[in-house]
Amino acid sequence: MPKNKTINSVLIIGSGPIIIGQACEFDYSGTQALRSLREDGIETILINSNPATIMTDPTMADHVYLLPLTTKSIVQVLKEHPQIDAVLPTMGGQTALNLCIQADEKGIWKDFGIKLIGVDIDAINITEDREKFRELMLKIGVGMAPQATANSYLKGKEIAQEFGFPLVIRASYTLGGEGASFVHTEDQFDELLTRGLEVSPIHEVMIDKALIGWKEYELELLRDKNDNVVIICTIENMDPMGIHTGDSITVAPAMTLSDTTYQRMRDMAIHMMRSIGDFAGGCNVQFAVSPDENEEIIAIEINPRVSRSSALASKATGYPIAKIAAKLAIGYNLDELSNQITKSTSALFEPTLDYVVVKIPRWNFDKFEGSDRTLGLQMKAVGEVMAIGRSFQEALHKATQSLEIKRNGLGADGKGYKNYDQIIEKLTFASWDRVFVIYDAIQMGIPLSRIHEITKIDMWFLKQYEELYHLEKEISKFTIDTIERDLMLEAKQKGYGDRQIAHMLKCLESQVYKKRDELKIKRVYKLVDTCAAEFKAQTPYYYSTFENEVETPDGKLESINESVVTDKKKVIVLGSGPNRIGQGIEFDYCCVHGVLAASECGYETIMINCNPETVSTDFDIADKLYFEPVFWEHIYDIIRHEKPEGVIVQLGGQTALKLAEKLDRYGIKIIGTTYKSLDLAEDRGSFSKLLQENNIPYPEFDVATTADEALAIADVLNFPILVRPSYVLGGQGMKIVINKKELEEHVVDLLRTMPDNKLLLDHYLDGAIEAEADAICDGENVYIIGIMEHIEPCGIHSGDSNATLPPFNLGEFVMQQIKDHTKKIALALNTVGLINIQFAIKDDMVYIIEANPRASRTVPFIAKAYKEPYVNYATKVMLGEKKVTDFNFNPQLEGYAIKQPVFSFNKFPNVNKKLGPEMKSTGESILFIDSLKDDEFYNLYSRRKMYLSK
Amino acid sequence: MKYNKRQKAIILLSDGTIFHGKSIGKEGTAFGEVCFNTGTTGYQEIFTDPSYFGQLMVATNAHIGNYGTLSDEVESDSIKIAGLICKNFSFNYSRPAADDSLENFFEKNNLLAISDVDTRALVSYIRDNGAMNAVISTEVDNIEGLKKQLASVPEMKGLELASKVSTTEPYYFGNENATYKIAALDIGIKKNILRNLAKRDAYIKVFPYNATFEDMSAFNPDGYFLSNGPGDPEPLVEAQAVAKEIIKRNLPLFGICLGHQVIALANGISTYKMHNGHRGINHPVKNLVTGKGEITSQNHGFAINREETEKHSDIEITHVHLNDNTVAGIKMKSKNCFSVQYHPEASPGPHDSSYLFDQFIENIKNK
Repeated sequence: MPKNKTINSVLIIGSGPIIIGQACEFDYSGTQALRSLREDGIETILINSNPATIMTDPTMADHVYLLPLTTKSIVQVLKEHPQIDAVLPTMGGQTALNLCIQADEKGIWKDFGIKLIGVDIDAINITEDREKFRELMLKIGVGMAPQATANSYLKGKEIAQEFGFPLVIRASYTLGGEGASFVHTEDQFDELLTRGLEVSPIHEVMIDKALIGWKEYELELLRDKNDNVVIICTIENMDPMGIHTGDSITVAPAMTLSDTTYQRMRDMAIHMMRSIGDFAGGCNVQFAVSPDENEEIIAIEINPRVSRSSALASKATGYPIAKIAAKLAIGYNLDELSNQITKSTSALFEPTLDYVVVKIPRWNFDKFEGSDRTLGLQMKAVGEVMAIGRSFQEALHKATQSLEIKRNGLGADGKGYKNYDQIIEKLTFASWDRVFVIYDAIQMGIPLSRIHEITKIDMWFLKQYEELYHLEKEISKFTIDTIERDLMLEAKQKGYGDRQIAHMLKCLESQVYKKRDELKIKRVYKLVDTCAAEFKAQTPYYYSTFENEVETPDGKLESINESVVTDKKKVIVLGSGPNRIGQGIEFDYCCVHGVLAASECGYETIMINCNPETVSTDFDIADKLYFEPVFWEHIYDIIRHEKPEGVIVQLGGQTALKLAEKLDRYGIKIIGTTYKSLDLAEDRGSFSKLLQENNIPYPEFDVATTADEALAIADVLNFPILVRPSYVLGGQGMKIVINKKELEEHVVDLLRTMPDNKLLLDHYLDGAIEAEADAICDGENVYIIGIMEHIEPCGIHSGDSNATLPPFNLGEFVMQQIKDHTKKIALALNTVGLINIQFAIKDDMVYIIEANPRASRTVPFIAKAYKEPYVNYATKVMLGEKKVTDFNFNPQLEGYAIKQPVFSFNKFPNVNKKLGPEMKSTGESILFIDSLKDDEFYNLYSRRKMYLSK
Repeated sequence: MKYNKRQKAIILLSDGTIFHGKSIGKEGTAFGEVCFNTGTTGYQEIFTDPSYFGQLMVATNAHIGNYGTLSDEVESDSIKIAGLICKNFSFNYSRPAADDSLENFFEKNNLLAISDVDTRALVSYIRDNGAMNAVISTEVDNIEGLKKQLASVPEMKGLELASKVSTTEPYYFGNENATYKIAALDIGIKKNILRNLAKRDAYIKVFPYNATFEDMSAFNPDGYFLSNGPGDPEPLVEAQAVAKEIIKRNLPLFGICLGHQVIALANGISTYKMHNGHRGINHPVKNLVTGKGEITSQNHGFAINREETEKHSDIEITHVHLNDNTVAGIKMKSKNCFSVQYHPEASPGPHDSSYLFDQFIENIKNK
C-alpha cells in the first residue's frame, strides 16, 4: 500500500522534560519523524513542553506548541488546527503514549475525528497492562516468568507466599522501572510492596519470580501495513537480568547467541508484535534466555513505540528507525522505501554489522547524596555513551574513554581497586564502576569462574577482559624503545589509549603517539553502512579503528581509510558527550545549530560526539559524523586527518570547553572566543582583577588549596561562605557553609576527591536575588539575547531555579547595571560568540557571580521564548562571517516565559529533596504566562523557598 | 591462558593484492574463490553448507567462534569451505550446550583459518572488483610461489562441483511410514532441507548427483526435489536432464538455489556468474504473488537470466530480490514446478520463507 492520501496533517506528541528513563532520545526520534513526514509534504504540528529540544524549533514543524503535555493542551491544539487528520504518539516515549490514552479515554480523538497512527490503543493497553499482556503471551505460546498481579497489600503478601523469594515487584503504568525492585527476603517485602502500589497510577503491582542471571536481549522491530516485519538490531545486555536495561552495558550485535536460538527469538518477537495489534510502526521486545543447555527463551516485555533502545539501534546500525517508522505510519510499505544509507537498496531488509557497538550508561550518583547506588530494576542512569570498534574489546575501551569520568579505559591507569573484599563487594552490588572492577578482579587473580558466579556475566565477555589483562602484562615487559610494531598495533586494535600504553611502558603519552607515528600505526576510519560493505554507501558516518595493512600488486602498503578528506574549508564541532546533570540536551541543541549555521556559511561541517541519544549524532546533520569519544587522542587524530580551519568548543558544554587548553597548546585554532579568554573567565583570580578594573562588583572571595588556608580565609570573608571547586559541571561539589566546622569538613571532602583543585570561597550574599544574562559578542558589539530573573533566591543552582524571561520585579536601575556589566564583561573577555553571566542582586546592587564565555543551558530556552535562532547567529559571529550588527534582532514574546526545572528524585527514594548550589534537576520545561497574575506564577513564587537547603 | 603471540598469515588475491593477517594456529596454504558472508549468526551452518565447497569464506561479522560448535548445528558431515578469513577469532567460547570450540572443530576438519585481516577492506575490494580466486597461507615469505600455484587454480565459472559434495550412494531420511515420498537429487543438499521436508510428513530418498530420472522414479515418489549446491549450474547436464524429464511428466517439482538454476536451464533459460553474489541472512525478497516481503538466507554466485525468464511463455517470476531486482523465484504456468534462488530452509537465517515447503507439500497433494 502506498502513502495514505487521507493523511495530510499530523500531530506529534513529544516526551516533555528530560527525566531519568526518558532522555533526549525522544528529541532524536521526534526530530526524525518530523523531517520524515515533511519530506512527504505532510503538515506537522508538534506539542512538547521541553524548550531545549531541536524538535521544538520553529523550523522543524509547521506549528510548534510549547505547552504542558496535558489533554487540555491537546484540545487547544486541535481546536486551533481542525485540519489535523492523525496523531502519531509513538515518538514521545511513555509520556506521549500515556497522554494519548488519556485523550482517548476522554473521547478527544473521536470528537475531533483524529486517527491514531503508528500504534493502536489496544496495543498500548495490552503492553502496559502486565496481566493482559501475560494472558496474551500464554495464549500465543510465548513463555513468561511466573507472575501475578496485586492491587492490594494483602494480595501481594499472598503471592509472595506462593512464589517464594527472590521476587520482582513492578508498578503498573510507570516509566524506567520506577517503583520496581528486587525482593530477596521477607523483611524487605512490606516496604517495597507499599512503594510499588503507591507509585502506580492505578495502584497495581506485578510480582514476578526473579530470573536473576538469565541472559537478556532486546530486538528492535519495524512492521508495515502489509504486515512485513524486519528486525533492525539485536542487542545483548552484558549485564544479565536483574539490572535494568537502561542501566546495563549493552552490546550489538548479540555476541553469544547461536543462530538457532536467535532465530527462535526472532520468530517469537514477530509473533508477539503481530499479536498485540494491527498497526504499522516500531516495537521493542525484550527477552531473557536461560544460561544453560536449554537456552529457554522467555518474553519480558514489548513496547509499541520507539525507545531509548531504538535510538541506540539506529545509531548502532545506521538504520534510522524513527524516520522509517514515521513513513510506515502514513501508509508506506517497507519495500517502497529505500535504505537511507546506501540509497540504492531496499528499506525492507535487516542491517548487518561488521563492527561491535558497546553502550555504557552514565550515572550521576554524586548528585544524590545518600542514594542507593546499587543497580537494579529501576533505571538510575542519566545518560549514556556508545562506542564503535572492530572488536568488542576496542568498543568497550572506547566506551569507557567516552564516559568522562577521568578514566582512560580498562586498567593501566593505576586507578583500579586493590582490596579483595572491596572488589568482591563491588562485583556483587553492581554500580557505576563495575565495568572497571571486573578488570581489577582479574588483575587480582580472582578466577573467572568466581567472577561469573557473582556477576552472572557471560564467560565470553569475561574471557575478553582476561585477554586484555594478558595483553597489558605482555606490553608491560617492554619499554617504548623495545616494543615491536605488532604488539603496539594489537594494543591499539584492542582499544588501549596512548595514555594507557604509556602507563604500561612507563613513558609519556606523547612518546607513545610519536612512536606509533614512526611505526606507521595509523588510526583509520570506517563507515557505518548497515550492510557490512556489501553495497557502496553514501552516508558519511564514521568510526575509528586500527587495521592490518593491505598491499597493492605494486607493493604499496597501507591500512585502508574510508574517510576521504575533501579540499573544502571545514570546521569541527565538538559535542557534549553523555547527558548528565548540568550538561544535557541543551548543548546538543547548540551543537546541532552550530553545525547547521556553519554549513550555511559554506563550511564542510564535522561533528564529533559519542552520545547515541542525540540529534547531533544523526548521520544527516553534519557533512561528516565521527561517532567517537570526545577524548583527546581521538579528537586529535581526527583533526590531523581532516585539517579543519578550526574547532568550535563553546557549544558542547564543559566537555568540549575542557579540551580548549590542549587544542591551544597543539596550535589548533579555536573558533570564536580564544582559549586565553576562556581561561581568564574560569580563573577566579584573574577574572576578579578584570572585574575590578572595570569597576564591576563581585562578592568577596578568595582561593584555597588546603583546609588551613580555607579557615584563614573564612576569618576575612565572614559566613555564610559558598565553597566551590574550579572546572566543574553543574555546581558539582558546591556548598554553602555557615560555620568553620562545616567549612573544614567540606574542604577536606573536596580535596580528597579532587586533589590539587583550587577551591573558591565566596562570601555568600544571603537573601540576594539571582539573575542571569546571555549575550552574543563579536569582539566589538554586544547583543544581550535575554535577561532572566530567578524566582528562587540566590543559593539555588541556576539550573534548578525557575527563571523568568524577562525579569518580573527588577527595577530600571538594576536592569541597567545588568546590561552594562554584561556588555563590559563580554568585551573585556574578548568574547567572540556566546557568553552567559550570572548575577546576585542585593540592595539594588548587582554583583557578578560568574561568567562563562560559551553557550549556556538557557540559550535554547531564550531562543524558543523569543522565537529567534540565537545559536545560528552566534555561530556565524564565531566564524567571523557576520557581525552582531548584521542581524535584525526581533524578539517576540507576550507576557513571560518561565524555565521550570524538572527533577527525578522519585528514582532515589532516600535522597533529601533539598536544593542548593549543586544542580540536581535532570530536565526543564517552558511555561508561557500572560501576566504575573497567572496562578502558575503565583504558585511558584509562593513556594520559592520551600526546598532551599540552609 | 596467557598472551598468545600468533604467526603472520596473508590472503593473496589472483590480481596480486595482499591482505595481511594472522594465523589462528594451523600452518599451511589453501586455495579457492574468495566470497563473503554478511550473517552475524550461524557460522557453523555456513562452514558446513556444501554450497560453499571450494570457497574461501570471508566472515564479515566482527567476531567468529563466540559460541563454539554443536554437532546438531551442521548442514553436512564436514566443513565444506576451503578456508576462513575473519577479523577476530574467538579462541574462547561460551555456550553451555556446545560440544567444542571452533578452533578444535577446524583442527578436526583440517581447515586453515586466518584472522586479524581488514575484512571490511577485503569485502569492499571484492564488491568493487568481483569475486576472484585467492590463496590464504602462513607462507608469508613465499609470495611468488603462492602466485604461481594460484594461477593454476581453475575459475569458478564453468566449474562443476556438485560431484565433489554429493552422496555417492542413495540414502533415506525421515519416517518411512510418512504420508509423502520425495525423491531428492543431492547436488550439495543441506541437512535442514531434509529436516524441513521430514517435519512435513515426508519420507525422502536422497540420490547422488548423477542419478537418472529412472533411478529416482523407481522410488515411486510423490514429488521431486532438486537441491542447492556449489559451482556453476551449466555443466550439470545430468541434473538438467532429470529436471526435463520431471517437468515433461508434470510431476511435482521444487528446486532450491542450484536446483532452481538447474530448472531454469532445463527450460532453456541461461544462467550467469554474478559480480560478487548474494551471501548472507538479511536478503530482502518480495513475493510478487502475495505482495509480501520476506527476509531470506541466500548463498549464490550464479543467477538466472532475468530477461529470458520474463520472455519465457511458461514461466512466471514469483519472487524478486529487492536490492538488485534479480530473479529470486519462479514457477511454471503449465506445470507443477516452482523454485527459489534462496534458502527457505534457513539454517542459518530467518524462517520467513518456510511456507515454501508447505507449498511444495500442497503441490504434491494437489498433483
